[in-house]
Amino acid sequence: MTLLKPAMGRAIGWAALGALVVLALFGLWGAPPDAVQGDAQRLMYLHVPAAWVAYLAFGVTAAASGLWLWPRTRSMVWDRIAGASAELGVVFTALTLVLGSLWGRPVWGVWWAWDARLVTTAVLLFLYLGYLALRRVPAAPEARAKRCAIAALVAFVDVPIVHFSVTWWRTLHQDATVFDPALKAHIHGVMAFTLWFGVLAFTLVYVSLLDRRYRLAALEEDLDARELEQAIAERVAGAGTPAPRDREEVGVV
Amino acid sequence: MNVLQEAGLVAGKDLRIERRSRVTLQQILPFGGIVLLLFAFALDPDRGVLRRVAPGLFWVAVLLAALLAVSRAFAIEAEHGAHDGLRLSGLDPAAIFLGKAGAVAVQLAVLEGLLAVGVVVLFDVTLASIGPLLLATVAATVGLAATGTLYGVLAAGLRVRETLVPVLLLPVVSPVLLAATRAWEAAIDGVPGDAWPWVGVLAVFAALSVGAGMLAFGPLLEEA
Repeated sequence: MTLLKPAMGRAIGWAALGALVVLALFGLWGAPPDAVQGDAQRLMYLHVPAAWVAYLAFGVTAAASGLWLWPRTRSMVWDRIAGASAELGVVFTALTLVLGSLWGRPVWGVWWAWDARLVTTAVLLFLYLGYLALRRVPAAPEARAKRCAIAALVAFVDVPIVHFSVTWWRTLHQDATVFDPALKAHIHGVMAFTLWFGVLAFTLVYVSLLDRRYRLAALEEDLDARELEQAIAERVAGAGTPAPRDREEVGVV
Repeated sequence: MNVLQEAGLVAGKDLRIERRSRVTLQQILPFGGIVLLLFAFALDPDRGVLRRVAPGLFWVAVLLAALLAVSRAFAIEAEHGAHDGLRLSGLDPAAIFLGKAGAVAVQLAVLEGLLAVGVVVLFDVTLASIGPLLLATVAATVGLAATGTLYGVLAAGLRVRETLVPVLLLPVVSPVLLAATRAWEAAIDGVPGDAWPWVGVLAVFAALSVGAGMLAFGPLLEEA
C-alpha cells in the first residue's frame, strides 16, 4: 500500500523538513546578497529548485504513464505514481511562476514578460491542469488509468514543441547561468552551495510528498472498494426482507 | 481493404452525415463568422489594429470552431449505438482515426476558406505569398484535426466532455496557433522566407499528432 517503507518515508520526511530549515538559514543569512540584484536574488534559492522539482515531477509522470501502458509492467502502482507526481508538478510549476514573478518585479521591472521560458512554463501549467481535470473524472480504474496515461504522454511530447516554437517567437529570460559551460560562471561559493542545497532539499520534499500522496491514493481506492463491498453485502442481506422503499418499488412494477 | 480505403469509408460516412445534417455549415460556420465580427467590436476597426492582428484573429476563430467540430464528430457517434457499431465494424482503429480526423480536416478546410474570405473583406487584408500560406494552413489543419480527434475519443462517453475537451486540447494545440499565426504574418507581410520555419514546425506537429492518434485511438475507442 505504500511506496516507501513506513520507516523510510518518515526518515525522508524529517530529512526534508531539516533540509528546508537549513536552506532557509543559508538562503536568508548564509549567502551574501547579489552584487547587482541585491536581496531579490535570494528568491532564486527557491525558484530554481521549484522549477527543477516541477520538471522532475512531470518526467516521473511521463515515465510512470509509459510503464503503465507497457503491458509487461502494467500495474495500478504506476497510475497512482503518475497522478501523485502530476499534482506535485502542478503545485511546483505554479510556485515557480509565482516566485519568478515576485523576482521579476524588482529585477526586470515587470510582474510578467512574454518571454520564451515564462510562456512555456505557463503552457506547461495548463497542460497538466487539464491532465488533473481528466484524472478527476470518475470512471472504472483501468479505463481511467489508460486514458490518463495516454493524455500524460501526449502532453509530455507536446512540451518540447511548445518550448521550441515559443523560443523562436521571443526570448528575454537569461540563459541558464550555472549550467552554461561557455560561461564558466564565477559564483560565490556559498551562493552556489545554497542553490545546490535548495535543489537537494526540494527533491527530498518532492519524494516525501509523493510518498504521502501515493498512500492517500491507495487508501482512497481501498475505501471505494470497501464501500462497494458493504453496499453489496447490505443488498444481499436485505434481499430476504425488503426495506419499505424497496417494497414500494416492487409494487410499482 | 487497406487502411486508406477503410479511412475513406469512415470519412465518407462522417461527411455524408454532415451533408445531410448541415451542422457545420449552419452552426459552426456562422459561429466562426460572429467571432470575426466580435473581434472588430473588441478592437477598434478604425486604427488599423485589425489588419495587423488579422492572422492571429483568424486562427483563434478557427481554433474555437475546431472545438465545436471535434465535439460534433463524436456527438454523431453517441446516438443510436453508432459507437458500438464502429467498434464492431472490424475496421482498423488507426483507419477509423484517419477517417474521422480526415472528415474534421475537410470541414475545417471549408471553414478556413470562408473565414479567410471574411478576414480579407472585413479586416482589409491582402493575402500574398499563397504558397507558404496554403502549406501552413494545410499542415495546421491536419495537426488540429488529428489532435482534436485524439482528445475527442479520449473524452467521448464522459459526462463532462464538453468542458473537458477545451481544457485538454487548447494547451496542446497552442504551438499550432503560434506557428500558423507567425507563418501567416510572414506571408502577408511579403516575407515568405520567414514563414518556412513555421511551416516546418506545423508539419512536425501534424506528423506527430497523426502518429500519436493512430497508435492511441484503438485503446481509447475500447474504453469510450
